[in-house]
Amino acid sequence: MSGGASNFVESVDSVFLLSIIISVFFLVLITVMMIYFVIKYSRKRNPKAVNVHSNMMLEVTWTIIPMILVLILFWYGWVGYKEMADIPEDAMTVEVTAQMWQWQFKYETGKVADSLFVPVNKAVKLALTSNDVNHAFFVPAFRIKKDIFPGRDRAVWFIANDIEVYDIFCAEYCGLNHSAMLAKVVVMSAADFEIWLNAGNDIKPDYKAELNDNDKAETELFESENQN
Amino acid sequence: MASDAEVIGTNRHEPSYLDYKGKHSGIKGWLLSTDHKRIGILYMIGILTFFFVGVFLGFLMRLELIAPGETIVSAETYNQLFTLHGVIMIFLFIIPGIPAIFGNFFLPILIGAKDVAFPRLNLFSWYLYLTGGTLALLSIVLPGGPADTGWTFYIPYSVRTGTNVILPLSAAFVLGFSSLLTGLNFITTVHRLRAPGMTWFKMPLSVWSFYATAWVQVLATPIIAITLMLVAIERLLHIGIFDPALGGDPVLYQHLFWIYSHPAVYIMIIPAMGIVSEIIPVFTHRTIFGYKFIAFSSIAIALFGSLVWAHHMFTAGMSDAGQFIFSLLTMIVAIPSAIKVFNWVATLYKGSIDLAAPMLYVLAFIFLFSIGGLTGVMQGVISINIQFHDTAFIVGHFHYVMFGGTGFAMFAAFHYWMPKMFGRMYNRKLAKIAFWFVFIGFNFLYFPMLVMGWLGMPRRYYDYLPQFHPYHLISTIGSWILITGLIIMFYNLFKALRSGPVVTEKNMWGGETLEWQIDTPPIHENFTEIPVIEERPYMYKDNDPPVEKEETV
Repeated sequence: MSGGASNFVESVDSVFLLSIIISVFFLVLITVMMIYFVIKYSRKRNPKAVNVHSNMMLEVTWTIIPMILVLILFWYGWVGYKEMADIPEDAMTVEVTAQMWQWQFKYETGKVADSLFVPVNKAVKLALTSNDVNHAFFVPAFRIKKDIFPGRDRAVWFIANDIEVYDIFCAEYCGLNHSAMLAKVVVMSAADFEIWLNAGNDIKPDYKAELNDNDKAETELFESENQN
Repeated sequence: MASDAEVIGTNRHEPSYLDYKGKHSGIKGWLLSTDHKRIGILYMIGILTFFFVGVFLGFLMRLELIAPGETIVSAETYNQLFTLHGVIMIFLFIIPGIPAIFGNFFLPILIGAKDVAFPRLNLFSWYLYLTGGTLALLSIVLPGGPADTGWTFYIPYSVRTGTNVILPLSAAFVLGFSSLLTGLNFITTVHRLRAPGMTWFKMPLSVWSFYATAWVQVLATPIIAITLMLVAIERLLHIGIFDPALGGDPVLYQHLFWIYSHPAVYIMIIPAMGIVSEIIPVFTHRTIFGYKFIAFSSIAIALFGSLVWAHHMFTAGMSDAGQFIFSLLTMIVAIPSAIKVFNWVATLYKGSIDLAAPMLYVLAFIFLFSIGGLTGVMQGVISINIQFHDTAFIVGHFHYVMFGGTGFAMFAAFHYWMPKMFGRMYNRKLAKIAFWFVFIGFNFLYFPMLVMGWLGMPRRYYDYLPQFHPYHLISTIGSWILITGLIIMFYNLFKALRSGPVVTEKNMWGGETLEWQIDTPPIHENFTEIPVIEERPYMYKDNDPPVEKEETV
């Protein structure tokens, strides 16, 4: 493992961790105070309440501190986003076409596949289009997601860090079989990728053996639907 | 708060609004009544009915998701279920929710008025609500079946699907008018009908929140009405507006949709915050901490909340400037909510706290709304939003805000105001038992969604990969606990209506706002004499604890 499955994992997860720490801190603070007050000032223990109207110092404190914290979070989120938005020019391009309810990946050599095969440690740019309705390309392990609209060119990029297989989901609701619009990202060594890329379209990749029967059945279902 | 509390409404010869006989009697006396209290109850019947339908649909969805693959329904039915669940819960339950029931019933009373500014318009709004509700349900029985687009009706799918999209669209359109007219009514009422001496800063905090909400309703609702009409035109006449196949722009649709639907989130939550601000001083029996900060934060939320819509679209593509501004504003809108939470918690300090059912729901509100709010802040952070967007995390988040927030505040309001509205008391012990079921069930149901969302479980998925199974299973079990709690709660409330102990005392909780100084249940025009207001609400000058009264059957 080298800092997560893709180049974005480290920065996204560190902001996520920071936001979790801040959130848990405030949640615990609020909850503990509530429980403490409810016990300490219960009507039994404290039959006569004391009025406290307001305290300017307190109001300013609990406005300024959260404000600073959210601005810090905002900034790290923005920096992380910029990283995702700026696609390096030397990236290898794969054309991704989404349509109800399948993915198609087309390589510069003309090779077409139903899974995304990529070399490890290399910037990959996905040029995203849709043939029908809105979809969204989502690889949770890579922390990337992009909405795809018909008639618009969208793009997303990443560098995969490990030789591994990951899930691709469609994340924008697209009708009947939205939840079956799945595929895999298969990360290969540079050498293996070259061999795969230069082999013909009809070669069924080895990774399919690793998948369970359920996935296989789904894949076959897509293929048969596709032919109809 | 009023100087001559003894004089107000002591005349027991006047019948309560429930027994009042006007021009019409019987069922007509209700269906044609312009009394804001009767209209509030009409709304209550409608809104609760739709709530139960929505809960049942949600129950079916959770049951389907208990295991991967087909469990009880087909994919098409599931897609229709979540669409209908969303449309009903949002447009028919939570948007009208608190303002339509409790705003109608209590807003005039809280400001010392006899009714809202436009009583007939008020009744008309209820008929619009009923029409909209009927349209939404009609799609179930008509050919084509209910829509399967999700409550967001995203184009182009909503233009292409063969299901009945026009009906729920027109339902939302008609309901929009109902909401808009209610807002208009409330704004005018607050401006024109406050009792003598009730200056702006002597208004109860729930009035502030109804007022802020009403402005959002009036300003934002026309946009969704126009948008939905454009979709209907596009579907019927094939004029290209949003559909790229006809030369339209699908992202334009998303902008227009969220320009309304994000402020709508604040239409849903601000009244709930008003309820919380109302209940806490009563059950701590002390003055509210930071009255002005709470009042102004309602306005600030309404203001900033109208400028953050595009945070629903960080993955949809905007200019970098757009992403920057919308993320920044989204983070800032969290601050007024945080201010409210801190002030509420500070109000517990040195109080004399009575953990009655309304207070339990309010404390749960603060906890659940904090989770909802903090997960909301996380989503304002663009880089992690990209991971969360359109996953179960979002579903968990907005249920924490809408159900854990607004829903729980509404439950609090039922337990708080029901004795006043109907002159009947529920079983207090059973109410607390129901609370624990609802609270625990809620967290089992929605917390796993936050976790699996981060792990990549997309939303609106009929089926899912095996790694998500444990979370879905826990979530479904949670839904059973929650529904058990709801059944106990509403059994308790309905039983109280029929055979609960009669309450005639005016002030059963020791509150200091005006509704506690009039008869229980209130008389036809609330006050025999309009009160003169001299002080801010929630003063609790002597802090003497209210006398505990034993339940009598």
